[in-house]
Amino acid sequence: MSEFHGRMARPGEAQALRDDLQPGSGEGGSMSGGHLVVPGQIDVSHKVILYLEGVTVSFDGFKALNDLSLSIDNGEMRAIIGPNGAGKTTMMDVITGKTRPDAGKVFLGQTLDLTRMSEPEIARSGIGRKFQKPSVFEQASVLENLWLACEGEKGWLRSLRERIAPGQARRIDEVMETVGLTDSRDRMAGSLSHGQKQWLEIGMLLIQEPKLLLLDEPVAGLSDEETEKTAVLLRQLAGKHSVVVVEHDMHFVERLGCRVTVLHQGHVLAEGDLATVQADARVIEVYLGR
Amino acid sequence: MTPWSRPVLSRPEWATALGVFALIGILVPLLHVMLPEGHALRPSTYAVTLVGKILCFATVAVAMDLIWGFAGILSLGHGLFFALGGYAWGMYLMRQIGRDGSYGAELPDFMVFLDWKQLPWYWQGSDQWWWAMLMVLLVPGLLALVFGWFAFRSRIKGVYLSIVTQALTYAAMLLFFRNETGFGGNNGFTDFKRIFGVSITSPGTRAALLAASALCLLLAFLLCRYLVRSKFGRVLEAIRDAEARVMFLGYDPLPYKLSAWVISALLCAIAGALYVPQVGIINPGEMSPANSIEIAVWVAVGGRGTLIGPIVGAFLVNLSKSWFTQAFPQLWLFFLGLLFVIVTLALPRGVVGLVMSWRERRRGAGGQT
Repeated sequence: MSEFHGRMARPGEAQALRDDLQPGSGEGGSMSGGHLVVPGQIDVSHKVILYLEGVTVSFDGFKALNDLSLSIDNGEMRAIIGPNGAGKTTMMDVITGKTRPDAGKVFLGQTLDLTRMSEPEIARSGIGRKFQKPSVFEQASVLENLWLACEGEKGWLRSLRERIAPGQARRIDEVMETVGLTDSRDRMAGSLSHGQKQWLEIGMLLIQEPKLLLLDEPVAGLSDEETEKTAVLLRQLAGKHSVVVVEHDMHFVERLGCRVTVLHQGHVLAEGDLATVQADARVIEVYLGR
Repeated sequence: MTPWSRPVLSRPEWATALGVFALIGILVPLLHVMLPEGHALRPSTYAVTLVGKILCFATVAVAMDLIWGFAGILSLGHGLFFALGGYAWGMYLMRQIGRDGSYGAELPDFMVFLDWKQLPWYWQGSDQWWWAMLMVLLVPGLLALVFGWFAFRSRIKGVYLSIVTQALTYAAMLLFFRNETGFGGNNGFTDFKRIFGVSITSPGTRAALLAASALCLLLAFLLCRYLVRSKFGRVLEAIRDAEARVMFLGYDPLPYKLSAWVISALLCAIAGALYVPQVGIINPGEMSPANSIEIAVWVAVGGRGTLIGPIVGAFLVNLSKSWFTQAFPQLWLFFLGLLFVIVTLALPRGVVGLVMSWRERRRGAGGQT
């Protein structure tokens, strides 16, 4: 349990803990004999950033996830495909703490047990999730949206006096440039096009410098041109971040050029590059046999 | 560096609004005290009481806007916090009667009537103004804190929260209706004689209470304005528009909602405490569900999420109410219902929103020529 006390500590305490640990406590530091858990840091010493094993979720007897096992390497981009009801969104819900699995392990890095953390804790630990429907703050400007998403103090008392710090302003400009919204800086998010909202939302995730990005159908409802722009944007991100993309659009998945996992009935059906997967007889069966 | 500045009013409009406010809050009380009775320019006792009352309602409307307009929490039980503040201060006013009650006893009249021999324990200290003031804040504040903590922690939202708040104020009303509760049953508290040792009905006291209500409204408005213009306010709005996203950004919505909720309840309580000495009565009727719904109507009529709108709404609705209930007493509730329907359908941003969109249209037209 001791490792979780670190995570659940209030931001101030966590900072104090981090300060305590700094002098001389490098990689090899230890805490109760196991891995040293530095709050806010994910242990990727074994290359794996996200690890699911035997995860089962059932809703009224229906198994949305059935003994699902999956492992994502640090810096990897992975596309998750599968027919409707394959459990893609439920899998995202389990990773982000929205749904608790009935059985199975979900680990971020080597040390953080996501099944025992609350949603905000998981978000703070470095997982950013983009929902299927763009969910930006429509009544706030692009700049404000990005500012709200910035790393930093999230307590209500501090929020009364908080202003955009110079470091944050630089970071906001950088991200606005990356997602191509610099010209829309002061526009209300509600007035942006569908594609721009998607990019703004991706920007809001990026600004937190997440280790792991979860994207739920990022190109649903986008024009071809916008889809292409999104693919370019995501390819830029791979390497710096680990990215998991749930997608229906095969053309888009092809443009991503990454490893693909096929889910079916809450279980991994096949895994590999897109060509291999598409040649797999069971995958063809699932996709065409219905 | 604050990124947001989307002013509801322009500078000259602010100046006008403040001018009108100063007129009401300073000039009316001054004229009431300085001019001799019967002078044409002297505001009548009725007018002073009415304005003072509406100023208290406007404070409640501002408090309501903080949680409904900005945090998206529609409370239909805010009348409860208002009434509790009123009751807490009413206890002090009852003790101020001293031996001047109809029974000439040390105990408040209703206790003599119930044949109680001594004060219940929760009446201890109520003869001290500072204690009563403390209770005005503590009782509704604690209730709001406990209720809000459970409600928001269980993520009760939207219409469910509205219903629960209705039930809360209704339950409190039933409790206060009982004589055994010790707050005067369905008659509540009335017949006040003094406040801080001076006559409660003298022109000076009335004028002072009106000025205090105006000051209270101004401070409540400035506090809420400060809150909603800070990052805190932007997070509240974000919670209103997309709570799940706020959580994924690493904010815990609970303390944000809870602090706004408690601040809102406290403002209502203070307004209630100022209201009671001006109208001279507090009874469980103030906790009736209809009263709390009316608060929401003021805010909706004026324009929610603007802070200035609810003040306008409180004045519009209550002035028309005092006219209507004299001219057509039976029709008032129909009118109120009709007003709410019209505003909801035709003026989603209320009166202030209407003015703002007129202005935008005019500016847009001007830009094209």
